Amino acid sequence: MSLSAADWQAVGVTLRLAATTTLVLLMLGTPLAWWLARTRSRAALVVDSLVALPLVLPPTVLGFYLLVLLGPQGALGQALAALNLPPLVFSFWGLVLASVVSSLPFMVQPLRDAFAGVGVRMTEVAATLRASPLDAFFSVAVPLARRGFLSALTLTFAHTVGEFGVVLMVGGNIPGATRVLSIAIYDHAEALNYPAAHALAGGLLLASFAALVALNLMNRRRSGWSA
Amino acid sequence: MIEARLAHRLDGGFTLDVDLRLPARGVSVLFGPSGSGKTTMLRCIAGLLRAQRGRLVVGGEVWQDEATATFVPPHRRAIGMVFQEPSLFPHLTVQGNLDFGLKRAGGAATRATLDAAVELLGIGTLLARRPDALSGGERQRVAIARALAVGPRLLLMDEPLAALDAARKQEILPFLDRLQRELTMPVVYVTHAIGEVMRLADHVVALDAGRAVARGPLFDMLARLDVPALSQDDAAGVVLRCIVAERDRRWRLARMDFDGGVLWTRDTGHLLGSAVRVQVLARDVSLALTEPRDTSIANQLQGTVQSLADDVHPANVLALVSVGGVLLMSRLTRRSAERLALAPGQQVWAQVKAVVVVA
Repeated sequence: MSLSAADWQAVGVTLRLAATTTLVLLMLGTPLAWWLARTRSRAALVVDSLVALPLVLPPTVLGFYLLVLLGPQGALGQALAALNLPPLVFSFWGLVLASVVSSLPFMVQPLRDAFAGVGVRMTEVAATLRASPLDAFFSVAVPLARRGFLSALTLTFAHTVGEFGVVLMVGGNIPGATRVLSIAIYDHAEALNYPAAHALAGGLLLASFAALVALNLMNRRRSGWSA
Repeated sequence: MIEARLAHRLDGGFTLDVDLRLPARGVSVLFGPSGSGKTTMLRCIAGLLRAQRGRLVVGGEVWQDEATATFVPPHRRAIGMVFQEPSLFPHLTVQGNLDFGLKRAGGAATRATLDAAVELLGIGTLLARRPDALSGGERQRVAIARALAVGPRLLLMDEPLAALDAARKQEILPFLDRLQRELTMPVVYVTHAIGEVMRLADHVVALDAGRAVARGPLFDMLARLDVPALSQDDAAGVVLRCIVAERDRRWRLARMDFDGGVLWTRDTGHLLGSAVRVQVLARDVSLALTEPRDTSIANQLQGTVQSLADDVHPANVLALVSVGGVLLMSRLTRRSAERLALAPGQQVWAQVKAVVVVA
């Protein structure tokens, strides 16, 4: 079973989207998770709930509000237009933004729990051994939270690959730009082209399973000291 | 010299309010029951907690002064700190743990500092191990060596033995004795165990409910009846500075000379002429008005009653007896005290049933 050029293009867009989203979320989600794990502020309660919102909202609701926000009449859409920047709706970067929002809990929650597990004492010890807060974070907290990072990266990547509703609302179905795997499969199934749908869906199934097996293997090997 | 004027109110309503000067040499013990503020004070000195008001000067360096909003963060303070639980980094080997601070400490720490710490704590054979392959006592020894390896100008120890069982404590104490004798930097040591005070302290600060209620050199502090935390413990008593003056081969006994007289103890193997601390607990000292004869108790010292005070239990009183200017403490029943009509100035014989060479 071979994939058509258009399907390969969808695979490419999907991988690029998932990788970009994961990278962006790693950079935004890590400090946010650290703050959530350490703060005693009441604001954390609100932020924690906001982070979890994409887990319970239908993706179409999330997508709808993003569409409104990014559209020509939306606040972000108008701001971009004022800066002479291209609109984000129906563009790859619009998809990245949408995926960052919808995958946020998959990055932040495992990291937050892993950081909480590291405990305050370890970073205090690092401070008494001359490590600045940033140094202590990278040389103590990150290695001790390694399992959390592995889970967060895998889940975020996988969730972005699997996202459908938000993508459809914000990105549409533009080949080479916003047409991702999940939408390609939907199109094939809609057109009753089951062999093509099978090729994509089966590939995705195998790849996801392989990724999870690899993750579990890595976690088991590491569990000696980070459990 | 450590000058600490610190005031801090914790969320639970507890308030620390101390104004202390601690000597630049030797082990200063912060002593008191749990909740007395000793750990809070230590954390303020380390900079892990920023006291809301106060001023902290260590060796002439201002580490905190709220009047000028000065606060040196913990990683820029020349401290070494040992926590109650060993707190080794689980992702690093023993060597990695020791190197962690050494790499970051710059000029203050050298390979030689680290080697000396490894030797002092006797952990040379453990370097390649991971923390989870060490016993609790070994872990705490590594944690102490790790704190020393940064070449601190001040060593802070927060109940380093409290998390260990009795056998592990006995394993570590000899190393702490060496620390007490050999270290040139000042040590601030937090504990609620009077045995550790007697063994390790040079200087004692008694804390209660966030305030320093008494402070002074160990030998004076133990002989005070007005510090309940020290005198109302079952292990209340004094420590005498002695010199090993004679070792009797036949009876395996040693003669310990102190300023007020002599005491015979079991020979603990200390060399002739060495300085030792000998603990005399109040419960092991009884008093008589005339020289007791035909008794099995070998240590009998003539002295003068200096003062009497109530003990925790109403049946008991505590008496301080001056023996050639050195104070001994005796715990006796109120009935005995009345029968002997004990009063300050009275001549007595103190019979010492047991003494322990602590270090």
